[in-house]
Amino acid sequence: MASLLLQLIYNGLVVGAILALAGLGATLVFGIQRVANFAHGDYMTVGAYAALLLDVTWSTNLVVAAVGAIVATAALAVGLHLVLLRPLRGRGLVALSLITVGLGLVLRDALFLIEGSQARQYAFNQAAVLNLGFVRIAPGELWAGAAAVVVVPAVAAMLAWTSIGKSMRAVADNRDLAEISGIDTDRIGLYVWLVAGALAGLGGTMLGLVQGVFDPNLGFNVLFLVLTVVVLGGIGNAFGALLAGFALGLVMEVSTWPLFFGGVPTQYQPVVGFIVLILLLMFRPQGLLGKAQVL
Amino acid sequence: MMHLLNPQFWTFVGVVAGIYGLLALALYVQFSMAGLPNFGHVAFMAVAAYTMALLVIRAHVALGWASLAGIAAAVALGFVLGIPSLRLRANYLAIVTVAGSEMIRYLATNLSVTGGPVGSMGMLGPTQFATYTTSWQPFINGVTATLSRWVGGVATNDFSMLCLVWTLLALLLLLFRRLEKSPWGRVMKSIREDEEAAASLGKNVYAFKLQALTLGGILAGVAGILWALEIGVFAPDDFQPTLTFYAYLILILGGMNRVWAIPAGAVLFGALYSGTRFLNFYPLSLVDSGDRAYLRLLIVGVVLVLLMAVRPEGLFGKRQELLLEK
Repeated sequence: MASLLLQLIYNGLVVGAILALAGLGATLVFGIQRVANFAHGDYMTVGAYAALLLDVTWSTNLVVAAVGAIVATAALAVGLHLVLLRPLRGRGLVALSLITVGLGLVLRDALFLIEGSQARQYAFNQAAVLNLGFVRIAPGELWAGAAAVVVVPAVAAMLAWTSIGKSMRAVADNRDLAEISGIDTDRIGLYVWLVAGALAGLGGTMLGLVQGVFDPNLGFNVLFLVLTVVVLGGIGNAFGALLAGFALGLVMEVSTWPLFFGGVPTQYQPVVGFIVLILLLMFRPQGLLGKAQVL
Repeated sequence: MMHLLNPQFWTFVGVVAGIYGLLALALYVQFSMAGLPNFGHVAFMAVAAYTMALLVIRAHVALGWASLAGIAAAVALGFVLGIPSLRLRANYLAIVTVAGSEMIRYLATNLSVTGGPVGSMGMLGPTQFATYTTSWQPFINGVTATLSRWVGGVATNDFSMLCLVWTLLALLLLLFRRLEKSPWGRVMKSIREDEEAAASLGKNVYAFKLQALTLGGILAGVAGILWALEIGVFAPDDFQPTLTFYAYLILILGGMNRVWAIPAGAVLFGALYSGTRFLNFYPLSLVDSGDRAYLRLLIVGVVLVLLMAVRPEGLFGKRQELLLEK
């Protein structure tokens, strides 16, 4: 039972890292660009398929594929920002949300048309499970875990100490004050989409690795979890989103532990996420780290 | 390849367009009148259809009562999603409705009582074929028999359904036009435009939003039950999240702020929905028929983005009344 718990905690941390990275991008976009990006899950899918193209079709190694996914998704996010979302700025949150919904439909169904609906997987040996005695780690989870160990601290450091990171947090916190203190919010908007796209691309690839097999619904299926992370962390709060991602990932995985009220059946994990969201909105809508304010 | 002028096919498309029109009217109440973005409206249809079918199949409740219970269940879902989120900004409702509709689909697919992925047919377990249309079939046959006295061979069950759905839609449109111009409707619009101003005049903003959510839930529930009766058997896949955005498309095609634009939007949508079946020329002929559904959704997405970008008030909408700053 204890080793199962360790196993679940490891899984929770990996899933949590994925949610944290995707949620971080979404929350920065929400806070800075004032867009609730309902296409964020599909950005993740684009990343997963970009990596698939590199890894399987062009048979590069997985690290190159992940970097390719990051570059491709970041380029897509910045491109769509410049072509579509920036010119439509000021249309209001709801109108822009609806546009991102349409965008998500286009991306997802374009992938369905190009790649088909059959389940795909990366070219590594899924059977090569790493056995540490008390925990067994599937290779996909090992890769995803390794990516998380490298990227999550790097992103946190970027937010905490670089001037770009500080500017991003400042704009998300209070756009007017940030502008007055000389931050070029237009430029920050560009960087935010760059970061959000890159993290979504990586997160999507990691999700594909963890799931083993996936189809073009990959990211859309976790969209609501990413949005839950955004709310849980407090909209626009970067560190909040990182924390919330890990918290949600751990809660969802550990809730399946048999000693936890008999364990939630695995297929109902998302329901746990949903209950977290509803409780959160009722009792702490400003999120874990958010300040109480008018929402 | 079906003939382009096959009347049976177009009757079916007409029924589908009418039902989506009802869903669009539900969104009109919530989104256009009260400014509430419900991005998971299909869940309300699903909850109504599942409740109705479960009551008929497992509890042997009469279809009429079961349908009312289904509509009540859709309203209850509205409360579950609305009560935590309506006091917050509009985007929280959007997030919670997206999450809620995924949840309903998850539960419908994974619970055994709902028939799992098989849907309504499997509600009595895998060995027994379950149906909820036993008392509906004679009724609709009777309607068809009556109609055929006037229109002859044109009358089929789908044709009866077409008449029922569009009559209902027309009556509801009349009703909502009245409602919109009533003091109640004006309060709704004032809430959409400026919540604080409405609240400062002593209007209970929260209560009005809840009313809009309830009305929308009722309409979506009706749409869900009609949809279930039209298709005869249903599965979780018949309530894809994209249905919600079909309804948004109808709303935006027709014009976000004109209730009369909904039937026009529904007809245009019906053409778009069915049109991809017939677009068999190059380069679309490269897409095989199994993939046409994706192509259709791709087009829906493109049209949604383009309309919102270029003509957010819709084809027949008023530019002065836009739901922009929210």
